[in-house]
Amino acid sequence: MRQPKIIVVGGGLAGLMATIKVAEAGVPVELFSIVPVKRSHSVCAQGGINAAKNTKGEGDSTWQHFDDTIYGGDFLANQAPVKRMCEAAPGIIDLLDRMGVMFNRTPEGNLDYRRFGGTLFNRTAFAGATTGQQLLYALDEQVRRFEAEGKVTKYEGWTFLSAVLDDAGVCRGICAMDLKTMEVKTFPGDAAIFCTGGNGAIFGRSTNSVVCTGMAQSALFQRGVDYANGEFIQVHPTAIPGEDKLRLMSESARGEGGRVWVSKTPNDSRTPNSIPVNERFYFLEEWYPKYGNLVPRDVATRAIHKVVFEMKLGVGGHQAVYLDVSHIPREILDRKLEGILEIYEKFLGVDPHVEPMMVFPGVHYTMGGIWVDNDTQATNVPGIYAAGECEYQYHGANRLGANSLVSCIYGGMVAGPASVKYGRSLDKGCESVPSSIFEREQKRQQGMNEALISQQGEENPITLWKEMGDWMTEHVTVTRKNAGIERADAKIQELQERFKKMNLSDRTKWSNQTLSFARELHGMLILARVITLGALARNESRGAHFKPDFPERNDADWLKTTRAKWTNGKIQLTYEHVDTSLIPPRARRYDAVK
Amino acid sequence: MAENKKVIVKVKRQAAPTDRPHWEEFELTWRPHMNVIICLRDIAERPITRDGQKTTPVTFDSNCLEEVCGSCAMVINGKARMACSALVDHFDQPIRIEPMTKFPVIRDLAVDRNVMFQNLKRVKAWIPIDGTYDMGEGPKMAAEAQEKAYPLSRCITCGICLEVCPQINSRSNFVGAAIISQVRLFNMHPTGAMNSHERLEAISGPGGVQDCANAQNCVHACPKSIPLTESIAQVNRDAIRQSLAGWLFG
Repeated sequence: MRQPKIIVVGGGLAGLMATIKVAEAGVPVELFSIVPVKRSHSVCAQGGINAAKNTKGEGDSTWQHFDDTIYGGDFLANQAPVKRMCEAAPGIIDLLDRMGVMFNRTPEGNLDYRRFGGTLFNRTAFAGATTGQQLLYALDEQVRRFEAEGKVTKYEGWTFLSAVLDDAGVCRGICAMDLKTMEVKTFPGDAAIFCTGGNGAIFGRSTNSVVCTGMAQSALFQRGVDYANGEFIQVHPTAIPGEDKLRLMSESARGEGGRVWVSKTPNDSRTPNSIPVNERFYFLEEWYPKYGNLVPRDVATRAIHKVVFEMKLGVGGHQAVYLDVSHIPREILDRKLEGILEIYEKFLGVDPHVEPMMVFPGVHYTMGGIWVDNDTQATNVPGIYAAGECEYQYHGANRLGANSLVSCIYGGMVAGPASVKYGRSLDKGCESVPSSIFEREQKRQQGMNEALISQQGEENPITLWKEMGDWMTEHVTVTRKNAGIERADAKIQELQERFKKMNLSDRTKWSNQTLSFARELHGMLILARVITLGALARNESRGAHFKPDFPERNDADWLKTTRAKWTNGKIQLTYEHVDTSLIPPRARRYDAVK
Repeated sequence: MAENKKVIVKVKRQAAPTDRPHWEEFELTWRPHMNVIICLRDIAERPITRDGQKTTPVTFDSNCLEEVCGSCAMVINGKARMACSALVDHFDQPIRIEPMTKFPVIRDLAVDRNVMFQNLKRVKAWIPIDGTYDMGEGPKMAAEAQEKAYPLSRCITCGICLEVCPQINSRSNFVGAAIISQVRLFNMHPTGAMNSHERLEAISGPGGVQDCANAQNCVHACPKSIPLTESIAQVNRDAIRQSLAGWLFG
C-alpha cells in the first residue's frame, strides 16, 4: 500500500496532537509553524482543562460536562461531536498525565480539580495557572521525540500562504513562505490539517498572541473552504487593559474564590482596600446567586459592561472593575495562581496578593471558524482538515472556560487518523499531480508578494490594522447594533481600498516582517467582513452574540449555523440545521436554576 | 506635560547575518505602561529616525507579549531580558536595544536560537510513553514533588541564561543552564526516571554539565525565577555518581 504524506499547519495543541497521531501511525508528517512550535499561542492558556473525572463525589459525569457545554454554548453546537469530546476528555487527561504534565496534586498524589465558569462541578485539572504552557510543552516534547526518530520534519519560521488545489478542486499540498529568506515554496501532501488558532488580531487588541491573525483561515476561505459561525467571538470578562495586548487574568482566579466588585459610589476615588465591604457591589454574586462569579464569560462580560457603561460604576470612573483575590491565603495563591498574579505584578507594579486587580473585558476566543464535518474534522474541500480554535465545531455560541484545551487536543486526535485514512484511500497520491499545478500556485503567491513590495502610496499597514481593530472592537463585540455593524462593514471596505495604496517601508527580501504582516492584514480584512456580515444578519441574541434590539434567543428563525462561502470573490452567507437530537433546547438562564 | 513626553530609543540594526551592525536613534511619544514592544511597533508605523532619515521597521521576534512564549528576549540597556515586560518607565534613556550576542543574528533583533531545541533533542527531554492510546492514569506523585518540579517546567527557552553565561562563547559548545534544568525535570518524573541514565550520559562529557564554572549569572537573569543553579548542582552530582558507578562497576 502507498504511504501517504501528511502536512500539518500550526504547532499549538491541536497541531501537535494531530502530528503525534499521524507519526504514531507510521506516516511521515511535515509540520509548519510561524514560530518555533514551543512558542505557539497555546502557552497563554492559564486556568486548566476540563474532564468529568468526578473525583470529589459530586456526581459529575461526561453527560453533565456535555450538558454544561451545550447549554453554555446556547444550543448552537451540533451535539454529537460535543458529546464524543466530553466522553474522550478523561482519557485525554490521563494521557497528558502520562506525558509528564506537572498537574497540581491532592494529598493522596492524585490530580486535583477546581471549578470553572458555567458549571457547578470541580472538573478542571490544572498545572498552577500555566496549564496551556504545560500541556503544549508535553506535546512539543513528544513531537521532538518523533522528530529525533525521523518521523516528523518541522518547518518552523514558515508561514502558510495558500492551499494547492488540482483542477478537480482536491488539495494536493500547500504553498508557504520562509520568513527568513522570504522564499515561496510549494510542498506536496495528500492531506493538510490546519490548526492555526484564533483570529483575535482582527480586533486589534486582544488576549491573543501576535500570530493569531486568522490569515490561514482567510486564505483557505478564499480557496473555497467554508467558514462557519464567524460572528461568534468570545470577550473574556477579566483582562488587564494594555496598548499592545490585553493580558488575560484567568477565570481560575474566580474558580479559586476570587470576587468581582466595584464601589457602590460612582467615581469613588478611595483605594480599594479602604472601601468597606458593605460599600462594595459584588454584582455577579448579587445578580447570579447560584453561579456567582463563575457565570459563563458572555454573561460576566455583559454584566461588567452594564456596571461600567449603564450604571457608571467603573473603578474611579474608568473602564475597569476589581478582580479581588486578596482575601485568599497566600499559600493557596502561590500554589494555584502564581503564574497569572506574577503577570499582573510585572506589568502593573501592583501586588494582587494585597490589592484587588483592575480588569476589563477583552476579545479572547474565536468560537466560529473553518467549517468541518461532524465526524472527521474534514472541511468541504477534499484533503483539507481543521482542528483546534480555527474550526467552529465544539463551542456553539459561547465557549466554557477550560474547554478550549480539551477541544484542541480532541480535534487533533480525530483529524490525525482521519487524514491518514483519507490519504491511504487515494488512488493517486500527490506525487502523481503534474508539477504545473504546484508551479501555478507558487507563481501566484510570488506575484502577490511582488505586487505588495512594489506598490506605491502613503498608507501604513500598522495604521490600517489599528483602524480595523478599533472599528471591530467598538461595533462587533459585546453589544451589537445593526447601524454600527453596517458602518463597520463600510469601514472595512474602505480599508480594503486603502490597502491598495499601502507602502511597505521595507522592500528588502530578507526577514521582511512588514511584507508578511501585509499578507496577514489582507487576510484579516476579508475575515473581518465574514464576522461582520454574519453578525449583521443574525437578528437575535445568543451566547456571545448580543443585540439589544433583538434581546432574545430566537430558535424559530436562528437556531442554525451560519456557513459563509466564497462565491466569485464575494462573501455569501448560507445556513444549515443544528443537530439538537440529544438535548432539546431550553431557555438559558444563569440567574435561575439550570 | 505628559502629552509632550518623549521616549528616546537606540536600536542596533543589522540588515543581514553578515552585515556590519549600526545604531539608529528614534524619538517616540510616551504613553502610560509603554513597553519596548510598543516602542518597536511605533517605529514600524513611522520608520523615521530621530534625525529624519527614512529607515525600515525593526525585525524582532515576539508572540505572546506576556512573558510565557519566550520569543522576545533581547538586550536592553545592557541586560538580557524579555522585551514585553520591559516597561519604558523603568529604564534610563536613551534606551539601548540590541540583539542577544550568543546566538547568530538573523536580522536586527531577531536571533536564531535553534541550538536550544536541538540540545533538548540531544538530552532526550521527554517522557518516553508507550503510545497515546488509553492506558489509564499516570503514576501518582506527591504534591510536594509536583511543587518542586513545576517551576522547572515553566522554562520558556528564551535563551537569557545562555546569553549571560561566561562559559558560552565561540570556543565552547556548553549547552547552558536551561537544558541542564530540563534533564533534572525529566529525571524527577516517576516515568522519566526510568531513563535518567540516558539523559545523564547525554549531559556529561564535552559541552555538558561539567562545563559550568559556577558564575551563577543564569539564576539571577532567569525571567521565570527557575532555580537553575540548584538544577545544575543536582544534575552534576547525579552525573558524577553515574560515571563513578560505571567506572567502578562497569
